[in-house]
Amino acid sequence: MARFIVRRTLGMIAVLFAISVIVFLIFNVIPNSDPAARIAGKNANPALIARVTTDLGLDQPLPVQYLTMMKQIFTGELTSYASSQNVVEQIWKGLPATFSLCVGAAVLWMTLAVVFGYLSAVHAGKFTDRALTVLSLVGISMPVFWLAAILLYYLSFKAQLFPTSSYVPLTKDPANWAYHLILPWITLAVLFVGFYSRVLRSNMLDVMNEDYVRTARAKGLGERQIRIKHVLRNSMIPVITLFGLDFGAVVGGGAILTETVFNLNGVGLYAGQAIGSLDLPPLIGVTMFGAFFIVLFNTIVDVLYAFLDPRIRLGTAAPA
Amino acid sequence: MMLSVENLSVRFATDGGTVHAVDDVSFELAAGEILAIVGESGSGKSVTAQTVLGLTRAPNTTITGAVRFDGQDLTQLNDRQLRDIRGERIAMIFQDPMTSLNPVYRVGAQIAEMIRAHRDVSKGEARDRAVELLASVGIPNPERRVRSYPHEFSGGMRQRVMIAMALALDPDVLIADEPTTALDVTVQAQILRLLEKLNAERGLAVVMITHDLGVVAEVADRVAVMYAGQIVEDATLESLFYDPKHPYTWGLLGSLARLDQPRPVRLAQIAGQPPSLIAPPSGCRFAPRCPHAFEKCAEPPPLHDGDRCWLDLEQKRRLRDVDGRIGLRRAVAT
Amino acid sequence: MGGLIGEVEAPGEPPLPVGVPAEELRGSSPWRLAWMRLRRDRMALAFGVLFVLIVLVCLAAPLWADHVAHTGPNQNHITDKVIRDGQETYVVAPDGTPLGPGLHGQFLLGADQNGRDVMVRLLYGGRTSIFIGVIAALVTTVFAVLVGLVCGYYRGWIDAVLSRALEVVWAFPVLLLGIALGTTLSLGGLKIGSLVVAGDSLWIPILIIGFVYVPYMARPIRGEILALREKEFVEAAVAQGKGPIRIMVSELLPNVASTIIVFFTLNIANNMLLESSLSFLGAGVRPPNASWGTMIADGYQTIYTAPHLTIVPGLMIVLTVLALNVFGDGLRDALDPRAKIRLEH
Repeated sequence: MARFIVRRTLGMIAVLFAISVIVFLIFNVIPNSDPAARIAGKNANPALIARVTTDLGLDQPLPVQYLTMMKQIFTGELTSYASSQNVVEQIWKGLPATFSLCVGAAVLWMTLAVVFGYLSAVHAGKFTDRALTVLSLVGISMPVFWLAAILLYYLSFKAQLFPTSSYVPLTKDPANWAYHLILPWITLAVLFVGFYSRVLRSNMLDVMNEDYVRTARAKGLGERQIRIKHVLRNSMIPVITLFGLDFGAVVGGGAILTETVFNLNGVGLYAGQAIGSLDLPPLIGVTMFGAFFIVLFNTIVDVLYAFLDPRIRLGTAAPA
Repeated sequence: MMLSVENLSVRFATDGGTVHAVDDVSFELAAGEILAIVGESGSGKSVTAQTVLGLTRAPNTTITGAVRFDGQDLTQLNDRQLRDIRGERIAMIFQDPMTSLNPVYRVGAQIAEMIRAHRDVSKGEARDRAVELLASVGIPNPERRVRSYPHEFSGGMRQRVMIAMALALDPDVLIADEPTTALDVTVQAQILRLLEKLNAERGLAVVMITHDLGVVAEVADRVAVMYAGQIVEDATLESLFYDPKHPYTWGLLGSLARLDQPRPVRLAQIAGQPPSLIAPPSGCRFAPRCPHAFEKCAEPPPLHDGDRCWLDLEQKRRLRDVDGRIGLRRAVAT
Repeated sequence: MGGLIGEVEAPGEPPLPVGVPAEELRGSSPWRLAWMRLRRDRMALAFGVLFVLIVLVCLAAPLWADHVAHTGPNQNHITDKVIRDGQETYVVAPDGTPLGPGLHGQFLLGADQNGRDVMVRLLYGGRTSIFIGVIAALVTTVFAVLVGLVCGYYRGWIDAVLSRALEVVWAFPVLLLGIALGTTLSLGGLKIGSLVVAGDSLWIPILIIGFVYVPYMARPIRGEILALREKEFVEAAVAQGKGPIRIMVSELLPNVASTIIVFFTLNIANNMLLESSLSFLGAGVRPPNASWGTMIADGYQTIYTAPHLTIVPGLMIVLTVLALNVFGDGLRDALDPRAKIRLEH
């Protein structure tokens, strides 16, 4: 087991390295304009551009620039070209908002998804199921930012039910923290509830036809006990692994749209701002952060799967 | 009579039509008896077995007839009442032990779960009982193996675990749905031996569903042959092998490879296919494939004197003899 | 979403292809059976028709623009006036509030803050969004099938290398990757050898979106090919002396065809959502081109005063994507009622 973890961790590092190189190349090789000129601004003269170039080390060969940048990430010195802010610091500051948003939404979406998926599966083919399926399909068909805008308009602006302003830290005021996050949580959760409830429903329907469910019934167990201890338990395994991947993806960058619309000072918002100015250091920082999270959760999910499904566990089948 | 199935019919409504899976099936099981139900895939034997315990109930299923056990008609019981019978009085084991056990729970936990569903005992007591049960079916190291997962056992051992679980509450009847089909021949023998032992020592009555006449010959006291959802022959073991009275049975016996006879050029087959159960033939269901069919066969023959065939006894005894052994003469091409 | 709920396979019975009358079963290929199943799924068919209708309506954009609205998608009418309820009203009021929706040929859905006809822009924008969605799906499919086939068939080091590459792309936060590529490529365009793509061409978002989703499709296809490869008919083909390409095309490809079809349909839906997200953030479709995503971004500026500018294009996206999702589901149920095809979004 330990060897498995070590191997996956090494793989993780390899992937992150590859990603960092790719991001760097994307931003340095692709654009056909001079980054110094962009940064220096519209009215820059050649002397200013030259100074910006040497200041920011933009005249160094690419590999050196890459190494410098990586070093800066690890030592926490990475600084934005445009605003002279420390990137790592900014990301760090954005974490509470991003995590508040993602964790809260995740709790909401998993709870609802399990309830809806379970009900859909148990009442398959009947009205409840059809209604929930339609809701789910509509949910996964909505652009997140559009839903956010709609909720903002109708519930915040018109009905005045929810605040429109931004993030309130948990430590400062828990009640308001939650209050300000309700709409963002709902927005982010809608898409996932739709998807996950359908996955769970589908899994449960498959599992219900499994032989061991028939055995459980032949043993004289009650229907509810069968549904929860056998059907739900087994159906949740792929759902949990999917969740791990999606949660990683949401923290890693999926929250950007929600944060932008609701003006939450998270990592996503920071990324959004950096996009407009094509500011490389923040973009690299945020991308690395995002990739790290996705890969981390990929690895956690792989390890977790082994725990959840004894067949995958790294033991060997004992001889008869 | 321990268990008595009377005129049981099971029909499934599907988009393609109504499937008459089981049609007017009747048989009896005496206490301590081993009854084998033989038939090919699609003959309805599994559906019959599962219907006894109410496992085929579904919105699109229609069940008529009666299953009498201990003074009650099981088909009329609701789910709660059936639960008291399942596992407790009538237990069932299935064909594929790998898929019949939940892969994510330990074997001991699954056995204990069953015990605690019917008896008010603590987890520890249930676990101890599980260990005892594993020992009683011949699993070595039961204290350790009780914490193993199903995939950590070999096929034969897994089936023993299923049997142990089925016996946990000392039921009167065990229904075994093709228990050895998924196992190697040598392991098969062990499982059959185990079932015989349980039958002899505890008086456990067994309904053995199988398609293998070899298995039947090993363990059965009585045999019921099913074809196209109906019972076509119902006899003692001796009777079936030495004095079979239905052409389908002759075909089955005739298709067996025999060590004590010269090797045939090819193994005998029964020509044709079983009929569709959505629109079964109105007369004798075997008639389309039977070389001895005659005009009367257009009328459905009743189950009479242990067989469902219009031929009279003397004709049967004559026609079943094909070159010195029992078989089904190949139909003359028309 | 099919009409096959409640089917029960009678245990011990040979599985019946449910949903098909017995007489029609003789000699039916899996495709015919699938088609018959699909035909019975009215919901899926209805939504499939809906999607086609939306496409047709958007394609007819020039007709609407010329004959009904008498204006183009990019024509400003800021200072113009129109007749509404018998009164002359400004298209864009002095305080900046644009005209709202009304039952007229012109400005059916109102105007935006630049005085442009929203309905016309909606239709033209739809062409863009749908075009990007479909073409990007083609790009993804072509590459995913190639990669999946090659990986699954050759295995070995080719598979190892390509799988690692897929993993790296997959690990990239989809949105961030799209944004990164979108912003940088739109600056100076793409130059591969002599192939030049302008920065504001539609091909930039198409290629980006197409590229980003390749791992999502390639991995399941690769998995299926790996499994199929072990089957006897492949061995038989090799024994017959068929070369790898022939095997891949004539033996393996047809067997994953149903997976490909379902993924393709659902992929269009995902592409349209991704395009709208990218365009909203400014990393997708660039002016002067318009898509439903850019329209939402534009409308967002004036959401409190003119909400219809945000609501309407979003509704179109929801409707189109929903239609694709429902139809795609129906396809999946028809092609294999117990399929485990899942498209991770």
